[in-house]
Amino acid sequence: MISYRTRALVLVSGTAVLVALVFAWLGAAYGVRMLVEASCFALIALGLTIQWGYAGLFNVGVMGFIAIAAFVSMLVSYPVNDLFWNSDGPGLLCWAFLYAAIGVALTYAASQTHRLGLPKKYRTLLTLIVGAASYLAVTGALDPAATLIEAEARFVGGFGMPVWLGWLLGGIAAGALGWAMGRITLGLRADYMAIATLGISEIVKAFLKNADWLTKGTLTVSPLPWPVPTPNELGFVMSRASYLAVTSILIVVVYVLLERAWASPWGRMMRAIRDNELSAAAMGKDVNRRRLEMLVLGNFIIGVGGAALITFSTIFDPGSFQPLNHTFLIWVMVILGGAGNNLGTILGALLVYIVWIMSEPAALFLFEHGANLANHMFGWEAPADLATRALQMRVFVIGLVITLVLRFAPQGLLPEKVVKYE
Amino acid sequence: MGETGILAALPMNEFVFFINKGLIAGLIIGSVYALGAVGVTLIAGILRFSHFPHGDMMTAGAFFAFILTLLFPTAGALFGLPTPFVLMPLAMIATALFAVGIDRVFYRPLRANNVKPIVIVMASIGVMLMMQGLIRLFAGTEARQMETGSKDIYRIPFGGRDIVLTEPQLLLILFTAAVVVALHFFLTRSRMGKAMRAMADNADLARISGISTDHVVRTTWIIAGGLAAAAGTLLALDVSLKPDLSFNILLPIFAAAIVGGIGKPYGAIAGGLLVGFTETLAVFNWGVLLRPLQPFVPEWLELPQKLAFVPTEYKIVIPFFILIAVLIWRPTGIFRGSLVK
Repeated sequence: MISYRTRALVLVSGTAVLVALVFAWLGAAYGVRMLVEASCFALIALGLTIQWGYAGLFNVGVMGFIAIAAFVSMLVSYPVNDLFWNSDGPGLLCWAFLYAAIGVALTYAASQTHRLGLPKKYRTLLTLIVGAASYLAVTGALDPAATLIEAEARFVGGFGMPVWLGWLLGGIAAGALGWAMGRITLGLRADYMAIATLGISEIVKAFLKNADWLTKGTLTVSPLPWPVPTPNELGFVMSRASYLAVTSILIVVVYVLLERAWASPWGRMMRAIRDNELSAAAMGKDVNRRRLEMLVLGNFIIGVGGAALITFSTIFDPGSFQPLNHTFLIWVMVILGGAGNNLGTILGALLVYIVWIMSEPAALFLFEHGANLANHMFGWEAPADLATRALQMRVFVIGLVITLVLRFAPQGLLPEKVVKYE
Repeated sequence: MGETGILAALPMNEFVFFINKGLIAGLIIGSVYALGAVGVTLIAGILRFSHFPHGDMMTAGAFFAFILTLLFPTAGALFGLPTPFVLMPLAMIATALFAVGIDRVFYRPLRANNVKPIVIVMASIGVMLMMQGLIRLFAGTEARQMETGSKDIYRIPFGGRDIVLTEPQLLLILFTAAVVVALHFFLTRSRMGKAMRAMADNADLARISGISTDHVVRTTWIIAGGLAAAAGTLLALDVSLKPDLSFNILLPIFAAAIVGGIGKPYGAIAGGLLVGFTETLAVFNWGVLLRPLQPFVPEWLELPQKLAFVPTEYKIVIPFFILIAVLIWRPTGIFRGSLVK
């Protein structure tokens, strides 16, 4: 049995060697870029390890939470669009919001009519009718506003606030969405959370993709402002290195806080809830409330990491959010690195991300040469879309890694440290 | 004479349009969801986990049928039916064996290790990604037509305009009805069906009464795989064969299974139809039905031309909201399914 310390050492040095190889092979600019993206993924993975490793919550909607955080961050930090503010757009939007507020108030009032003596079944019917009518009124008010904004100003634009505020609010938005999900699904079958988060992430994506007046839709928003000087001012290596400094500080802060929290009575309570829900509940712990805490906290970190990731790419493209890249890749990082072990998660994120971006050229190389070989030997004609098909191989490999890790190494590379109290 | 007067005044055209675009479309997609949801609900009830690869299993079944059609293109002419439909039983058997094999390789070892159910759900997501990758690797990502040549179209005259139904749609409806009847007799009359119901109700009690878990599990996969293949093939026959269906069909199927109550096949069928109808009626343009009323309303009130509850691009929102509503108000579903934690 290899001791934990040796394992950690081997992993850290192995990752370091890999990073050094990438730097030597592909140059510093590429290497730093890869490290920045890997660090953003590490941040997201830390958020997910809180949910899965600490609380045993199954969140399959990481992509949606990243997308909503990235959108909020874009909205807050993107420069102000004067065309929009000078048009009739804001006024029309105000009307739509007013309609929405009135609609919500009326629906709520209708849902309380049983206090006036209305039988319950009529109350439900009345609430449904009032809700549907106000919904139609709001969409009716929003449609012309959206058309006008798209025609006159392309899209709403941003508020021109600092980027860090955008990341913070993005994290809060992701946390709030997670809170709503948790309120509905916690306490039911554990699978329901998986289904609900999967659904919400697809809906967030559909919304961002189609709400052209808010996000420019498929036309994409760029360039997103950076929290540090851009490559135009400092050159690629230096600007990316300063971005890396920002994300590294974030990781260190989150890591230290999590380690502290995990060693505290709060962390002990969380482990107790995860390992034996029944006895924790018998000791008077409010299991679902604590889980909700974990879900929101994890989502906040996922949101901040996601906002940082998309900000770094300088382009907000709702179509670029893929369940594979933004949900399942992160799952592989967490369960391979070691769920419930922060260091393992960070190392797992670095390792998996390096392998992941190297796998794209590798898969293309392999398939191209395989096709050539097959062509020479059997006269087999490769399909025209071989390149896109070759990349599907990565989907298969991600799935295979998930099933293999779960079966043969459920602890991951760095297992969770079991704390013993003497 | 008065009768024809009333008939003439009735907005027949709009009504037939509503039947075609609202009711029949809802019935078609609802039947597909129902066939898928039966499998999901049985797996969730008996094996206690949500089967995420179900959408891809449907696609895989459709591909089996597609390959068979390429191999025996003339089989359909023997019966006067579309070739893929004639070869569908073979595809169903293939998919059922495939499902049993996947269970052997991926899920059974985990069950034997006594892991938490949620870990098996995660493994099923791994299997889903593997299937997605393989299907797209071999078939690319573009949509295909299941059968070349035109589909037979039936027109039923109904007060001026025709109710239109294509042959694949008719076959889908008939097949679903046959499945409902067969499933009913299987579950209430046969030994294995009763054992499956017992297992879904109380697994421990069933086991100590001498019911073989292995047999029940195998039968569950056979039914789920076979019905998934049928649903996939019939959907592909009606529209087209798309390799990247998975999530878009998975969410409505889960919603249908949960609405109907986990472990309740009848509930799944009802839930599938409910989700299908709600989805089509929510994107249906109700403005069409209001149009004939225009002469009767005062001039200043202009009825909207387009009045749909949800734009088509947000269709995926509807099953989700049904799901959320059921989870909030009645987590056990309409038919009081099991609510194991």
